[in-house]
Amino acid sequence: MSEPRHRLMDFVREEIMPHRFCSGCGCGTVLNAFTNAVEGIGLDSAKMVCVSGIGCSSWIPSPYFKSDTLHTTHGRPIAFATGVKVMRPDLTVVVIAGDGDVAGIGGNHLIHAARRNIDLSVFMVNNMIYGMTGGQVAPTTPAGVKTTTTPHRNVEPAFKVADLVVAAGASYVARWTTYHVFPLLESMQNAMSRKGFSFIEIMSQCPENYGRRIGLRTGIDFLRQFKEKAIRVDKARGMTEEELEDRIVIGKLCDVERPEYVTELQKVTAEQVDLLRAEKEKVD
Amino acid sequence: MYASLLERHRRGCKLIEITENLCKGCEICIEFCPLKVFEKSDKLNRKGYYLPVVTDEDQCVGCRLCELLCPEFAIIITNE
Repeated sequence: MSEPRHRLMDFVREEIMPHRFCSGCGCGTVLNAFTNAVEGIGLDSAKMVCVSGIGCSSWIPSPYFKSDTLHTTHGRPIAFATGVKVMRPDLTVVVIAGDGDVAGIGGNHLIHAARRNIDLSVFMVNNMIYGMTGGQVAPTTPAGVKTTTTPHRNVEPAFKVADLVVAAGASYVARWTTYHVFPLLESMQNAMSRKGFSFIEIMSQCPENYGRRIGLRTGIDFLRQFKEKAIRVDKARGMTEEELEDRIVIGKLCDVERPEYVTELQKVTAEQVDLLRAEKEKVD
Repeated sequence: MYASLLERHRRGCKLIEITENLCKGCEICIEFCPLKVFEKSDKLNRKGYYLPVVTDEDQCVGCRLCELLCPEFAIIITNE
């Protein structure tokens, strides 16, 4: 008997499925939501460029998503994506990378891309650890967690990346978890269809390399915890810092219209071309 | 198979299909189905994971949460 075929198999590289993510890993859910979002807004995957870096979550677009992909060096996906967008503004450029890439090594690229408000969609899969290399401490690891490189306990507080991006001036910022898949899907559609820098922090699970260190051995344990800890942004507004310490604030954190980088760049180029033409006419 | 599909359609039910060899047995569908349609079975797939089975398909309202939560694209809901 032939096996049933999922309709979204048109969007992924079917020949290499099942993918190599661990059982219960959140990256698969993100891939599922992402392909659903692309299908939902009717994006042509031939007119998309997906950029990723190094890490488990960077495998979501490359090799699994069927479009043009750039699998770049560690921490530089946003830098490469900026280049792609400036040269080809007609393409939809999406960055899917992990917290190590976007917030750790590539933190500077992130804040400057947000400041410029370049038309990119950045989906940061935050599994709170460097999972692929064996569970080293990441800037997003919560304090008190024992990892390979912090065997006694981590003393650094976790990085609130989405809040940083809001402050840096992005036009659309949201935070969701892999449990809240329907709003995540909707948010991804908004992010990809709007102009300007859009950033979604997706809290994801790593049952293998993070979960076993904090006593959550399966994907289910993580999702249950996300369900309990998540709090909507409008509810969280009146709460104090202590009350929110162990919670995950989910929802749309910012949605504003600001001048977009590539459009502004094109305006400057057009102005300069006009000036040069006028000068040339004067000389002639 | 087609006859049964047609019959389900007439009754207004949903069809749940599980692609056995894509499943990695994470059991997220079993845990998070709001109506507890799935159950763990003794059946192993080619890779040696225990597969979920549909216990009561008539319960399903076709919310598609399992389809979207499944990390493996292994659940297909036909919701006509």
